[in-house]
Amino acid sequence: MSDARFSFVLRLADTSLVLGQRLGEWVGHAPALEEDLGLANLSLDLIGQARLLLSYAGELEGKGRGEDQLAYLRDGAEYRNVSLAEQPNGDFGHTVVRQLLIDAWQLQLYDELQRSSDRRLAEIAAKALKETRYHFRYSAGWVVRLGDGTPESKSRGQSALDELWRFTAELFTADALDEEMATLGVGPRLETLRPKWLARIDEVLGEATLTRPTDVQYPWHGKSGQHTEHLGYLLAEMQFLQRTYPGAQW
Amino acid sequence: MSAAGPEAPPGTASSTAVSDLEASVRELLERVMDPEIPVLSVIDLGIVRHVRRAGNDGIEVGVSPTYSGCPATEVIRRLIARALHSSGYPQAYVVDVLSPPWSSDWITPGGREKLRRYGIAPPAVAVATVRRLFAQPQIACPRCGSTQTERISEFGSTPCKAHYRCISCAEPFDYFKCI
Repeated sequence: MSDARFSFVLRLADTSLVLGQRLGEWVGHAPALEEDLGLANLSLDLIGQARLLLSYAGELEGKGRGEDQLAYLRDGAEYRNVSLAEQPNGDFGHTVVRQLLIDAWQLQLYDELQRSSDRRLAEIAAKALKETRYHFRYSAGWVVRLGDGTPESKSRGQSALDELWRFTAELFTADALDEEMATLGVGPRLETLRPKWLARIDEVLGEATLTRPTDVQYPWHGKSGQHTEHLGYLLAEMQFLQRTYPGAQW
Repeated sequence: MSAAGPEAPPGTASSTAVSDLEASVRELLERVMDPEIPVLSVIDLGIVRHVRRAGNDGIEVGVSPTYSGCPATEVIRRLIARALHSSGYPQAYVVDVLSPPWSSDWITPGGREKLRRYGIAPPAVAVATVRRLFAQPQIACPRCGSTQTERISEFGSTPCKAHYRCISCAEPFDYFKCI
């Protein structure tokens, strides 16, 4: 039972960690100083949430692994993030579209999780929810500015949306673990998150004058450990130091 | 949303009579400053959630992080422990309190005034509801008091601040965000 709960908490943790690492890649490269700071702040929140979740996951597992061991010493196949989170940054438009799709999802997810039967998870979710509202405001604001901007920014926003949309089915497709957690009242019924998520997305896309792509039913399986080729490169960079100098500390 | 109702400010919840121990510990903590905003003590910030006796000589201090990823949190924990250890409480230790999550509503009135004098506009309105969070409040310039200000960026030099500019006096300033 606590094995299942460990795996479930890992999914949440890894999605935040991987997305936080992706956003961190922008530091020093963003189009303007304000966006450099903005993306770094989002990254920091996500990594903070991941730390809380990974520490809890380590306690559930009960094998003495802490947040650092879980973050730095697991291989790609052991990572449980949704595939959307690991997709490369692309251009700035690509990054904010990916962010919007995940922010709107995490808003629904954390809203539900704050009523989880798992008290610790509920507490982490209530904290994360407050931060995610700012993330959503940031990503939604930028998607509107780019979509309803110049022909160039609009076409980049649209192509990012067209490319990333196929990864959203995974967010709402429950597997056996999701079902088990929902039955225990630990997690939500994933498919029930979609209507509100879609309403938020549609509102933003409407203002952004972007077109919602056709749904692709195939769910990717990042949360079961089957990742796209991009995750390995991300982990190689993130884990390099601990792999090369095991146990190194500041 | 059960967690979204009005929340009790920290430290006032359980009993009306504050113990002598708690009072003296809180007094000590009024001199422990936030490393990023050195005019604000951890008491001003409203992040000290409880002070209680643990065992015979131990004292447990509950502290809430402002933001999950705020790097100052670790430093603050250490500063609190060190201040207590060196003031006659060698067994004092700090625990995290996540719930209910910290709110900028908990910054004390004195803390707000200190922020303003330091050049950081204090959080404008109580968060209370999600709708208010998304509304754009009027932020007064901490230097000249004008409300003719504009937001430059939602994210500033630390997780808790946004970046603003005063149109009247042309000075840029930080705004402590509502959360």
